[in-house]
Amino acid sequence: MIDLQVENLNVFKGERHLLKNVSLSVARGQCLQIQGPNGAGKTTLLRAIAGLTEVETLQLRWQGQAILPGAAEFQQAFAYLGHDAPLKGDLTAIENLRYWLGMRRKLAASLLTSALEEVGASAFAERPARVLSAGQRRRVALAFLRAAQVPLWLLDEPTTHLDSRGRERVASLLDTHLQEGGLALVVTHQPLGLRASTELLDHRLGEPE
Amino acid sequence: MSSPPPASAAAVFWLSLQREWLLAARRPGQLLQPLAFFVVVTLLFPLGYSPELAKLRLIAPGVLWVSALLASMLALEALFREDAQDGTLEQFALSGQPLTWLLLAKTIGHWSLTGLPLTMITPLVGAMLGVPMAAMPGILAALLLGTITLSLVGAVGAALTLGVRRGGVLLSLLTLPLAVPVIVFGARATELAMAGESLMGPLYLLAALATLGITLAPLAAAAAVRIGLE
Repeated sequence: MIDLQVENLNVFKGERHLLKNVSLSVARGQCLQIQGPNGAGKTTLLRAIAGLTEVETLQLRWQGQAILPGAAEFQQAFAYLGHDAPLKGDLTAIENLRYWLGMRRKLAASLLTSALEEVGASAFAERPARVLSAGQRRRVALAFLRAAQVPLWLLDEPTTHLDSRGRERVASLLDTHLQEGGLALVVTHQPLGLRASTELLDHRLGEPE
Repeated sequence: MSSPPPASAAAVFWLSLQREWLLAARRPGQLLQPLAFFVVVTLLFPLGYSPELAKLRLIAPGVLWVSALLASMLALEALFREDAQDGTLEQFALSGQPLTWLLLAKTIGHWSLTGLPLTMITPLVGAMLGVPMAAMPGILAALLLGTITLSLVGAVGAALTLGVRRGGVLLSLLTLPLAVPVIVFGARATELAMAGESLMGPLYLLAALATLGITLAPLAAAAAVRIGLE
C-alpha cells in the first residue's frame, strides 16, 4: 500500500529550475534513500514535502488522501530533521526535548528518558546543549524522532557527525521504525546499512545544471 | 502506525511560556538590560533638563512613555533571532500547531519578561520625575496595556527583519511609527492621572489598541516568519 505519494514536484530557486517533475512514492515499511550530487536539490526535496519551501507545483497524497503540504494533520504525521538539531544552548538536552516534543504531542516524562537511553544519550541528558558535540546533538535529535512516534520520517543526512556506533543506532532505529509500519525518506551520501529484511528503495536526483 | 494525540492548544501555550521563563532564568542579564536602560534614560532627564520637580512633572508623561518604547524596542530585537538561527522557528512551523498561536504565546512570554517588569519599576522611576504616588495606579494600568501593544507591534517588526543582518535600526524604523498611537494615548492617560482627572478615555483607547494587536499582530508575524524560513 502506497502511503506517501509525491507527484509533479517543481521547485524554482531564483532562475534555476531545481526540481523538475519529481515523482516518488513510499509504502509502509519502506525506506526511500535519496541520493544525488551536491546541489542536486536533495534537501530542497525534503523541505518541499515538509512544506518549508515554496513550490511551483506539488501533488501530495498521504494515506490515499490528497493533502496540502502545510496541512496540520499531515504535519502531525511526520517528523523532519534538518542538518542541525534545533536545541537551545542554555537548556539541557532533556529540557530541549520536552519543549520540542511537547508542542506536538502529549508527553510522559518516562518517554523522554527511555528515548534518550535508546539512542545512547542518557549520559549527557542533563548537560546544557551548548557544551554538547555535534554528534551528541545529533543523538538528541534521534531521541526526538524515536519519542515523536510518527509514521513518516523525513531525514536529512541523519548519520553526519556520528561515530560508527552512532551510525549503527540510526540503522537500528530505522529498522525498528520500518518494522512497526513506518515510512522514511532519507537524504544521504552514505549507505545506511539497514537490515536486509527492511525494504530500501533508491531515488537519484539528476546532475546539477 | 498512527500518530499520537496532538497537544492541546492551552498546553502548548503554557509550555511556550514556561520555556521563555526557563530561558530567562538561565541568563538573567538579558532580562535586566532593558530595565536598566529604562532607568538610566529617565534618569538623564533630571540631569540634562532641570532637577526641579515642578518642571520635571511637566515632561514626565512623555519621558516615561518614550523611554518605555525605546527599552521595549531594545528587547525586541532579539525576540526571534535566536529561534531562527537554531531552527526552533522551523520546528514551530512544522509542529502541527497554528504558527499564529505559537508566536502569540512567545510574544506574551516575552512581554511578561520585559513590559511587565518595566511597568513594575515605574513607581520608582516616576518618583524621580516628581509623579505623585496617587497617580500611579492609573499610570500602571496604562503602561500594562501600552507595553503589550508595543511588544506585539515589535514582534511583527522582529519577524519582518529576520533575514536582515544587523536589523536593529530597520526594526526601529518599521515599528516606531506604528507605536505612535500608543505613545499619544499613553502620555495623555499619564497626564490625566497626574492631574487627578478621569483617564478612562485614553485607557479605553489603549485597551482597544491592545485588543487589535493581540488579534492581528500574530497573524502578520506568522506570515513574516514563514517568508523568513524560505
